[in-house]
Amino acid sequence: MITAVRKPMEEIIACVSPYDRILLVGCNECVSVCSAGGRKEVALLSSALQMHFLKQGKTIEIREMTLERQCDPEYVEELVNYMDGADAVLSMACGCGVQTIAARFREKPVFPAVNTTFMGASERQGVWSERCQGCGDCVLGITGGICPIARCSKRLLNGPCGGSTKGKCEIDANVDCAWQLIWDRLKALGLEKRIEDVIEAKDWRTSRDGGPRKIVREDLAS
Amino acid sequence: MKTESRLEKVLASGALAVTSECGPPRGALPEKVREKAGMLRGCVDAINVTDNQTAMVRMSSWAAGILIKQMGLDPVLQMVTRDRNRLAMQADIIGAYSLGINTMLCLSGDHPKFGDHPMAANVHDIDSVQLIQMVVKMRNEGKFQGGKDIDHPPKMFVGAAANPFADPFELRVMRLAKKVKAGADFIQTQCIYNLDKFETWMEGVRQRGLHEKVYILAGITPIKTAGMARYMKNRVPGMDVPDAIVKRMESVPKEQQPEEGIRIAVESIQRLKEVEGVSGFHIMAIEWEEKVPEILEKSGLLPRPEP
Amino acid sequence: MTDIFEPEIVAFCCHYCAYTAADMAGSKRISYPPNVKIIRVPCTGKVDAIHIMKALEKGADGVYVAGCLEGDCHFKTGNLRAAQRVRRVKALLEEIGFDSRRVEMILMSAGMGERFAQTAREFTEKIRELGPNPIRSAIQEQARRAAG
Ligand code: SF4
Ligand code: SF4
Repeated sequence: MITAVRKPMEEIIACVSPYDRILLVGCNECVSVCSAGGRKEVALLSSALQMHFLKQGKTIEIREMTLERQCDPEYVEELVNYMDGADAVLSMACGCGVQTIAARFREKPVFPAVNTTFMGASERQGVWSERCQGCGDCVLGITGGICPIARCSKRLLNGPCGGSTKGKCEIDANVDCAWQLIWDRLKALGLEKRIEDVIEAKDWRTSRDGGPRKIVREDLAS
Repeated sequence: MKTESRLEKVLASGALAVTSECGPPRGALPEKVREKAGMLRGCVDAINVTDNQTAMVRMSSWAAGILIKQMGLDPVLQMVTRDRNRLAMQADIIGAYSLGINTMLCLSGDHPKFGDHPMAANVHDIDSVQLIQMVVKMRNEGKFQGGKDIDHPPKMFVGAAANPFADPFELRVMRLAKKVKAGADFIQTQCIYNLDKFETWMEGVRQRGLHEKVYILAGITPIKTAGMARYMKNRVPGMDVPDAIVKRMESVPKEQQPEEGIRIAVESIQRLKEVEGVSGFHIMAIEWEEKVPEILEKSGLLPRPEP
Repeated sequence: MTDIFEPEIVAFCCHYCAYTAADMAGSKRISYPPNVKIIRVPCTGKVDAIHIMKALEKGADGVYVAGCLEGDCHFKTGNLRAAQRVRRVKALLEEIGFDSRRVEMILMSAGMGERFAQTAREFTEKIRELGPNPIRSAIQEQARRAAG
């Protein structure tokens, strides 16, 4: 899923201060699962903003909406009836959701209320960690199912580096060394020999380096 | 001979080679480079010039290397994959070679987090193994990494680093094998304090005949103070400083600690000279270059051969 | 008329401990301030951050969540989760410059009638010292405007 964390209140407040009527829009997908921008977080943010402005003697109108999927124009269309009553939109979805709203409602200022952070998985209740960088040419098949691009601090394809210590990365004793994990997994799979195969320099064209990416499925596209 | 490298010639002659290193200054004064390199004149076969070591901005490795070259000495161009992509690296390699630098060392580099620009982008377009491959391809095939021909290709003698002490230990010989497979000509190791562990590693290296495919230079860093020993033991990732070394440094009064550190370095060299497969030494006397001649003299590594 | 500030306090009380303790206090005639409005919940784990926030937003001067002693939760860890949520609300309040001492988590067992009463007294006193919820006057102003 795509993970996010709420921005500091100070930053959010600074964005919305000039406006009186805010449409606060959450998303029911990823940001809801990682408790950053679902219905509950929308309610909480709305309440905190109300209290902040009331304290200043200002009353603002906040309308709360949580869409099924904010990165999908079909759902974003549901906002159409509420836009006239809003001076600005505050979105708690990931950057994709914010941009879908901005593209649809060109004349309305849209502010992100969260920092979109990474594509990750849930480790346990309340803990998420990065797992994939969407490089466009997945190597998990040769690295024992552990991504060196997203999980090695130097995205080494031929790791580990000399800084790997007791299974942890040189940058932080709380970060697992991806290459230790890869090595352990290759061993478990009986594929130790693989560690000596030189993985060739990556073609980054499939990644962000090739420019913004797009998927067109002829069979589905209208 | 694959290259014009003096280091290659010394190694090929069968003599124990000696390299040392010079960290370029954090500013534009060429004298600083000349001063440090000058201390090493006549003592070493080549001088490594570090590349933004510990992720701190310094004079570029190739520029400092050229200053050293102009003194009639032999620089080893260190290159980390952290700061530039493959275009910039190949451009620098050609440029350095055009000015007479013919030996280099391929590294991935410390993470920016450790330096003075922790906010910098961490490039790693390719990694150190792929960098070895790239430089070897430039030399042997006369081709850029992207596949096109190079008009007058650079012929670099290619080195790589090995850390026999990092984890997982069982993988350390395989790591070396991989760098050899990628085409490394010589290896400079991490500083060695745990000699037993190093010898165990060398045993594994010999078992696979790797010492016959690559020259291994054992890394030596003299310790100045007990505090430095403790710091390296506890704080530097991938460094193995046994308690016995820390205790030995602590056992002498502060003013005698530098001497003791040099004694340890000399004893280590003497013991490692006897290890089959060790082709020479890489002395990293960080901000203590003036002691290198003394260490080498006491270890019987002077005078240097004229290849 | 001189205004004597009588705080309005909302206490979310777990059915299995604090609520029973309040009952006991009542039957034993141990008095506690009428300022405390008790809301019975099946478990403090049921109290969401938004419930606490809404109470404050509507003008409550203080809110506390009273759950079972550690290890005694009828639903295993509801009380611990409640404590985490209270911490989260306090952090959010700090971020908007709102005194987070207006919100607390309190633990007690069903038999602690006296502790319930004492807690209610102490919390009320603390809030009395902190003064009215700073948004109260704004809310009253709003209501006046709506009416007029
Ligand atoms: S290799 Fe690429 S696509 Fe596969 S998990 Fe890693 S970043 Fe994602
Ligand atoms: S320690 Fe491991 S995860 Fe960290 S940079 Fe080195 S190889 Fe990558």
